Amino acid sequence: MRSPTGRDGAKAGAEAATSTVFINARIIDPASGRDEPGGLLVSDGVIADLGGHLRRNAPPGATVIDCVGHILCPGLIDAQVYTGDPGQEHRETLKTASFAAAAGGVTTIACMPDTEPVIDQVALVDYVQRRARERAIVNVHIIAALTKGLKGQELAEIGLLQRAGAVAFSNGKSSIANTSVMRNALNYSKDFEALIMHHTEDPYLTEGGAMNSGEVSTRLGLKGVNKAAETIVLERDVRLVGITGGRYHASTISCAESLAVVRAAKSRGLPVSCGVSINHLTLNENDIGSYRTFFKVRPPLRSEEDRVAMVRALAAGDIDVIVSSHDPQDADVKRRPFAEAADGAIGLETLLAAALRLYHSDEIGLLPLLRAMTINPAKLLGLPGGRLEKGAPADILLFDLGQPWVVDREQLRSRSKNSPFDEQKLQGRVLKTMVAGRMVYQYGS
Amino acid sequence: MNTQAHASFYFPGRHLLTCEGLSAQEINSLLDLADRAAETNRQVSKKRDVLRGRTLINLFFEVSTRTQASFELAGKRLGADVMNMHVATSSVQKGESLIDTAMTLNAMRPDLLVVRHHAAGAVELLAQKVDCSVINAGDGAHEHPTQALLDALTIRRAKGRIAGLTVAICGDILHSRVARSNIHVLNAMGARVRLVAPSTLLPPGIERLGAEVYTDMWKGLEGCDIVMMLRLQRERMEGNYVPTSREYYHFFGLDQEKLDCAKPDALIMHPGPMNRGVEIASTIADHSRSVIREQVEMGVAVRMAVLEALARHLPNH
Repeated sequence: MRSPTGRDGAKAGAEAATSTVFINARIIDPASGRDEPGGLLVSDGVIADLGGHLRRNAPPGATVIDCVGHILCPGLIDAQVYTGDPGQEHRETLKTASFAAAAGGVTTIACMPDTEPVIDQVALVDYVQRRARERAIVNVHIIAALTKGLKGQELAEIGLLQRAGAVAFSNGKSSIANTSVMRNALNYSKDFEALIMHHTEDPYLTEGGAMNSGEVSTRLGLKGVNKAAETIVLERDVRLVGITGGRYHASTISCAESLAVVRAAKSRGLPVSCGVSINHLTLNENDIGSYRTFFKVRPPLRSEEDRVAMVRALAAGDIDVIVSSHDPQDADVKRRPFAEAADGAIGLETLLAAALRLYHSDEIGLLPLLRAMTINPAKLLGLPGGRLEKGAPADILLFDLGQPWVVDREQLRSRSKNSPFDEQKLQGRVLKTMVAGRMVYQYGS
Repeated sequence: MNTQAHASFYFPGRHLLTCEGLSAQEINSLLDLADRAAETNRQVSKKRDVLRGRTLINLFFEVSTRTQASFELAGKRLGADVMNMHVATSSVQKGESLIDTAMTLNAMRPDLLVVRHHAAGAVELLAQKVDCSVINAGDGAHEHPTQALLDALTIRRAKGRIAGLTVAICGDILHSRVARSNIHVLNAMGARVRLVAPSTLLPPGIERLGAEVYTDMWKGLEGCDIVMMLRLQRERMEGNYVPTSREYYHFFGLDQEKLDCAKPDALIMHPGPMNRGVEIASTIADHSRSVIREQVEMGVAVRMAVLEALARHLPNH
């Protein structure tokens, strides 16, 4: 019943007359395991051909792009993006989010339902899809509200929302506290093979908490959130999956204990998967330093041991997807005492470069790293992209693996500037981003 | 009375508490008796005297209009003295326990007690404490035997048989006593039973009662001879079990499109009261293949048959 909507293929018609060929590229396709020199031909918005035979030979008539050995891979798919559209447009619109995405090599974003109003009705799904078609330059998909108003009490119209195009269902930034509601949600969504993406933090244990509980929170005098707040909800949910069979994805897990729960669930054959935010792969609680609120996120940044465990689990394939968890917050709500500041960090534009940090520090190979941002989220959300193969949408990313740069938040395209990577040195630069055959970003232009 | 039918009649129980365990022979005996009662009911003079001198008490702990009226009429047509008791006007409201109510009623020496209660098993508990025959008119989400029997009678009259038919019971199976009784009766009669509902309205292990479970109504109705709809109560379609009545109607409401998946001569049934536009389209409820009104008519006949059958076990019959 899941059908891709949004912009997939929407641009194909506009670019119908043109063909583009990328030559002299290092082609990496995590879906097929391909990593080889070659070329790729795009026509009519889809991938028409690819392989070693196109490495130097451009078909006549096609616009030629010489990749000079840089990496050509599927455009990234980000399964967790918050915008302020509708209702909080001063934080981010679909348009500004899509520009940030394009600059970050992200060709598809899945938007969370935490908007004003909450996306819990078919008419709102239609509205956001229409706005995205008119304004966004990347593919936009909608994760609809699992419960009405995200209140965690009454189920939203999962069947009708799915028919309208919602690719998954989430209760946004809050966990469903009522176990019976969660059971019914999993039970009901199963009939539609609908995916539930759940934020796993016990609302009672997290109440008032500002950061991870431990030595650092004690030194800073901040109320901590124990990792058990996450694991308790996750374990409960896995039990409920066991009795219902609903498709379940833990959106952003953050600690080693959660990994054990997910591994056990997977080994039992349950339809359980999990994601991790780029922040939890690359940062830890020490980064908070002297109350830097750009590092205040949910779940909170954990210990270095947890971060290492997350990266290892990613390399082992136990973590399915990496998300930016892009969450634009303006200065008004971030320039506050740490405990009172808003949670959230932007991350679309820095997603690839931050992730490549793990590659450059020899923590993970390129294929497993890219897999978690391409084919895995595509499969999770039932999308046609995330792979380089004939007939697939021409959602493509060309990047320079080694180029160093320093993040300057003022240069970022997002409307909000709350980047935890501000002033950090990153290595790896997006050169070109193509969506459905249309170039939506070119470095330096 | 037809002596031949009389000779073949076989119904051993003193009470009718459940359909579980009833044999095809027992059910057919009741349906044969009900067929004749249906005939009588279409005459000008409907009154017989098989229950003359007998007292029938309708004891309803839960509001009911049609079932109670149906039993009252059945009792009166067979010549019994009928008394209706409601919780609202009885001492139960004053805190009397179910057992005490039963003992009190028993002391009044009724012959037949028709009981509806909101708790599963309550009717059986009461039956253990009284000397008369007890008929379960619905106990919680457990059983509603006379509804299943009247459904069987309606099907048998319309189709000429029950064995071999495929019957889809659709809707709120979880809370339905009608569904449970029907599963037992239809299985005993050799029909194939399908249950169609969202997973949230399906009790665990229901397939082991003898049914195939479908969560896709289009597939569930494919090739069915009978489409039996169940009522979905309002409070259950506001986000707890299903998101909204709109979504429920879209995926589980019986409309022409879904009905077209069933056999072209499939019958439409509903135990009532209907929520038009929620579980059944208004046009479908009034469809030429709808036997919903026949069900009501057969309700009186079946209840007469049950009363008559049980009365044979009363002392001094």
